[in-house]
Formats: sequence, structure tokens, C-alpha cells
Amino acid sequence: MSNIFCSSIGKKLLMSLAGIFLCVFLLVHLGINLMLLRNDGGEVFKLCVEFMTTNILIKIVEPVLFLAFLIHMIWAAILQVQNWMARPSKYAVTNHSQSSFFSKYMIHTGIIIFAFLVLHFVNFYFVKLGLTSPAQGVNPVEGEHDFYNMAINLFTQPVYSVIYIAFFIFLGFHFNHAFQSAFQTFGLNHKKYTPAIKFIGLAYSILVPAGFAIIPIYFMFFWK
Amino acid sequence: MDFTLKIWRQDGPEAKGKFVTYQIKNISHDCSFLEMLDQLNEQLVDKIEKPVCFDHDCREGICGMCSLYINGRPHGNDSGITTCQLHMRKFKDGDTIVIEPWRAKAFPIIKDLVVSRTAFDKIIQEGGYVSINTGGVPDGNAIAISKVDSDLAMDAAQCIGCGACVAACKNASAMLFVSAKVSQFALLPQGKPEAKERVEKMVAKMDELGFGNCTNTGACEAECPKEIKLTNIARLNREFYAAKLS
Repeated sequence: MSNIFCSSIGKKLLMSLAGIFLCVFLLVHLGINLMLLRNDGGEVFKLCVEFMTTNILIKIVEPVLFLAFLIHMIWAAILQVQNWMARPSKYAVTNHSQSSFFSKYMIHTGIIIFAFLVLHFVNFYFVKLGLTSPAQGVNPVEGEHDFYNMAINLFTQPVYSVIYIAFFIFLGFHFNHAFQSAFQTFGLNHKKYTPAIKFIGLAYSILVPAGFAIIPIYFMFFWK
Repeated sequence: MDFTLKIWRQDGPEAKGKFVTYQIKNISHDCSFLEMLDQLNEQLVDKIEKPVCFDHDCREGICGMCSLYINGRPHGNDSGITTCQLHMRKFKDGDTIVIEPWRAKAFPIIKDLVVSRTAFDKIIQEGGYVSINTGGVPDGNAIAISKVDSDLAMDAAQCIGCGACVAACKNASAMLFVSAKVSQFALLPQGKPEAKERVEKMVAKMDELGFGNCTNTGACEAECPKEIKLTNIARLNREFYAAKLS
């Protein structure tokens, strides 16, 4: 029998596994970002960043993270193209069937997330790699990456902060369907537990984006 | 009741289709949707015009032959019914009704509103059955089956293979159909011996025939005239993983 990941169900399984891994990663990311809100001149945040950039375990997980991003995006593109090809002639009347609203726009919210990811990489990760340079006055110590001041520099720019918050709203839309959909793909649909999974998905899709969005709001309006 | 009908007309599989508008008057509100189309066809035949081709057979909601995508919904604006059970009282007098065929690469149009659903037959041929040696009728209680499982199997077995799930899905996915056909056997002891081969071959055929991939939107469940549940798709996924990993 052919390989599991060549089938439609197998491709979706791979994409869902990568997606759930990214959800877990984002929780860690949020935890570290929230340290920016501590009024300690970025002491704890810098410690977290140092841990994330030097710890051997994190260094091992880092390539897995990139692989998860790649798998999630590439398989999404493959499945989406197949889905478009499955209906070459469209209906004249838009479909009125009752279905989950956000599920209809996963590829659109996905593309927005990808666009932001590129921006995020240019602003942070590429700076770490030395491919792009940080904003002026942000990197006072040679050889160190001052992510704390880089973040503050961006979050005090209203245009960047608005883009950042808008992105997280779209990310919330994406999660709203993605989380519970992944469990359905895993084959986990249960009378008792599925409502709980849907609730956790809804809570995640609201609380995680809200957690990230609080940070630029704080730096724009309350930070002195 | 009077209606304006916009109907997809297409002379053959390769012909270019288009919408043609018809006016139909004095339709009883107790008339079924297909009876309304019958009346339209009688008028067209009287005028020596080609009648509209559409699929139908039992006209009591159990054969799965009738289709029609009516005003943006497979089987029209009602739930848990096929087009033959849709009545004109569900519309308002003077409504414009747009009637299209199922649209999917795997369901090519034969003529007008008739599509080929042979793809479903091909999927069934891959294992949507139980191979048995027929003989004397076995004792009804020889194999114990729990009431829960037998009810779930019977619910899945209600699928009439009309294709509304494919028509409603934004991806033209056949997962609900395949999941019902796999589930009705997966839940019963008689289906166990061939379970692994069945699910692998039916999914492979579904992929090969050009159906889209399920993105769990739920449109199929909402439009299924037999109200087949999404839990069957989860079961299909479980059966598929179990088969591939064993």
C-alpha cells in the first residue's frame, strides 16, 4: 500500500500536526513576549531571549519549528490547489450552505499570516542572522542583539503596532477554525470531548491574539 | 404561484452551457419541485422545444437520483430532504429560482442538469461491500452487536449517494460519502475482516478521481438529505490511520 502521506488524509494529518506544534510554540512565544510588560528594563525578557538563543534543547527544536512552518505552508498550498482544481466550473449562485464561517477563508488568513511572518523575520530573525540591520540606536552593544529595544522601537511606532494588532486578529480567525479542525483530522470527534476541544480552540483563538495585542497597546499608550 | 426559472442548459458533456430563463405560472403550492419541472417540460414539449433534462427516480427521497443545486443550496432551501421532497410552498410567489447541476470535476455534466455520479460507483467498487458466501439465513442472535454500534451503523447506512455533500463542499470533497460507506461496515463485526483493505482502497480511489480535500467546513453535514454526521469523517480518519499503521 502506498505511503500514508501521499493520500489526501495523510497530507492533512501532516499539516494538522505541524499546525498544532506551531500553536504550542506560539504559547511559548507569548509567554516570553509578555515579559516585555514587566517594569524591569527588560531584565527578565533579556534572560528569556538569552535562554532561547543559547539553550541546546531550543537549538535542537529550532529546525523542527522551521520544518513545521514549511510543512504547514507547503501542504496547505498543495491541498488548496487540489481543492480549486476539484471544481473547475464555479456555481453562478454563491453557496448558502450552513458552514463554519472562518473555515471558508483559511487560505486567505493563511496568506496574511505568511506576509506578517516575512515582516517579522525581517525585523527580528534576520537581524539575529545578520541579514538585516536593526533600527538606529537599538544595538548599543557590539555582538549582542538587543531584542528588547528592537521590540520597543517597533511597538512605539503606531503604523507597525496597528499592523501587528490587525495581524493577530486574522491569526485569531485562522485559529478559530484550525484548532478544532486539526482534532477532527486526527480522528478525534467525541460526543463528550469535542465540545470541550471547540471551547479550548475558541478560547485559544481569542486569548492568544489578545495576549500579543496587549503589548503594542501598552507601549503606545501606557509606557513612559 | 408564478416563478421565474433560470436553468442551466447544456447540450452535452463537451458543449458550452448557459442559463436560460423561463416563466412558469399557476403552480400549486403543494406541487413538488420536480413536478413543477415536469410542468415546465410539458410546456416546452408543446412548443416543440427541448425539455430540461434532470435526474429523478423514486420521488420519495430514498433512491439518491435527484440532485439540483437550487438558489445556492443542494436539494434546495430545506434540511434533511432530497429535491423530490422539496415543495413549492418553500418559495414565495414571484421568486426567481436559479437551478444548476452539481459542479465538481469528478461529476461531469452529461446534459443540462444531469451529472455523472459514476465516480461514487467506482469508490464503492473498491470495497464498499462485504464479501460473503451466501447460504442459509443465519440465526439473528448468532453475532452479538451492541445497540449503540448497530444504530450508528444504520445511521451511516442511510447515505443514498446523491452527491449533495460533494455539491455543497467548497472543495468538492467526497469525504462524507466515503466516511458513511466505510463507517457502516467498520462498526459491525461483519465488516471487520476487510476493514483495512476497504478504507485504504476507497480513499485511494477517492483521491484518484479528483475530489477535493476535506477542510472540515461542515457544509456537507448541513446539506446531507440523510443527515449523515461529521463524526463519520473522524471515524474514516481513524480507520485510515489504523489501516496504514498496522
